[in-house]
Amino acid sequence: MSTDRVRVVVTGLGATTPLGGDVASTWSALLDGRSGIRPLTEEWVDSVPAKFAGRVAVEPGEVIPKPEARRLDRAEQFALIAAREAWRDAGAPEVEPTRLGVVVGSGIGGITTILDAYDTFKTKGWNRLSPFTVPMLMPNGAAGWIGIEIGAKGGVHATVSACATGAEAIGYGIDMIRSGRVDVVVAGGTEAAIHPLNIASFSAMRAMSTRNDEPQRASRPFDKGRDGFVLGEGAGLVVLESEEHARARGAKVYAVAAGVGYSADAHHIAQPEPSGAGVQLAMRRVLENAGLTGADIRHVNAHATSTPAGDVVETIAIKEAIGAHPLVTATKSMTGHLLGGAGGIESIFTILALTERLVPATINVDDLDDGIEVDIVRADPRKLPDGPIAAVNNSFGFGGHNVAVAFTTV
Amino acid sequence: MAVTEQEILAGLGKIINEITGIPASEVTLEKSFVDDLDIDSLSMVEIAVAAQDEFGSEIPDDQLKHLKTVKDVVNFIQN
Repeated sequence: MSTDRVRVVVTGLGATTPLGGDVASTWSALLDGRSGIRPLTEEWVDSVPAKFAGRVAVEPGEVIPKPEARRLDRAEQFALIAAREAWRDAGAPEVEPTRLGVVVGSGIGGITTILDAYDTFKTKGWNRLSPFTVPMLMPNGAAGWIGIEIGAKGGVHATVSACATGAEAIGYGIDMIRSGRVDVVVAGGTEAAIHPLNIASFSAMRAMSTRNDEPQRASRPFDKGRDGFVLGEGAGLVVLESEEHARARGAKVYAVAAGVGYSADAHHIAQPEPSGAGVQLAMRRVLENAGLTGADIRHVNAHATSTPAGDVVETIAIKEAIGAHPLVTATKSMTGHLLGGAGGIESIFTILALTERLVPATINVDDLDDGIEVDIVRADPRKLPDGPIAAVNNSFGFGGHNVAVAFTTV
Repeated sequence: MAVTEQEILAGLGKIINEITGIPASEVTLEKSFVDDLDIDSLSMVEIAVAAQDEFGSEIPDDQLKHLKTVKDVVNFIQN
């Protein structure tokens, strides 16, 4: 399990999710098998068929001062909260500014800003718009704000690949360090898309669960009765660092960010390619990129969104590309689907599963769907073996984007 | 009924505090928005719009760029 490239390690974690306002509370809720999904109480709920979602557990207004919050889109607020936690967790490293980078993306960007601003424009006119409307709605806004805060002059980037965004950002961050351009990168994804127009639009695709009588049972990846995904919101960011830089400053190291595999389906704009060939290619490529074999991978945090189309195909692809042996879990059963934020928080969960040697269970799998031949962790968390092991986080997105990120124990 | 300088200053202090987080007590007549209060041009636009609502006197963009200090804005609103 080694390559001759620059080794990249993970030295900081930060998140705000439907399960908690930080990494520790989120992880603890995951191990307890709690659901972060709640009925929506907004007045518009009657206008949409899916009447529940995973709102963040801690409102950003409780953490970010009002003068700062008013110039940030909600997705940017989540990202800054997660970035601050990750940066503190990493020990606020002193880095030469031109050797420090940021890669933080969002699937949809400042969608609530756009829609609210358009209402303001129509009813009150252009000069009533906040002068921060543009930096709030642009999908690279979160990356820009984080870059300003930590003084990152080595490059600030925003990946956009729908639900693969967060994982792609982490992959790009790994590549930035390997290429020698920078030593440290803050990377991950954020999303704040709980708005009636988004729910209506996803519902128009028939992609969302409408299990309105049992919201906490609605996100049920791998279960025969699944009927769509459940929208969540939040952000998950990691601090990536060259091993040399991390060791030199005596940093705590969670895991090795061992590699990334990308592919694209080139099949349909929103539906997964039914053979799973593209998903398999991403996983084969991550093994190659990380210098790992299928046998090294003991855990997969699956993309599995609880839609009828994708979950089973992914498990077949895992079996083909990696093997039937890894412990597979779908944490979206508890967090809901954070879209562009998913790859961020799920990479964090993959890393913590390695460091704690414990895989959270997928909740709501009452009746495992036919054709699933991998080891799905259900009911209770399961132990990972001792010794050097590796894990993969899968993230796939509308547009046919497939991303797999590999982490290994230190 | 004319508004006094002190009333405008107090109102302006409140607006600036809400928009930027700077304590209203630091908003005094001689302060420069850029050099002393570190307020950027985008926030100045917000402050100008809020001041228009509060005091009813429009500050056109070509005037706004000449208003460098708190006293400049107070005088503009008074006149």
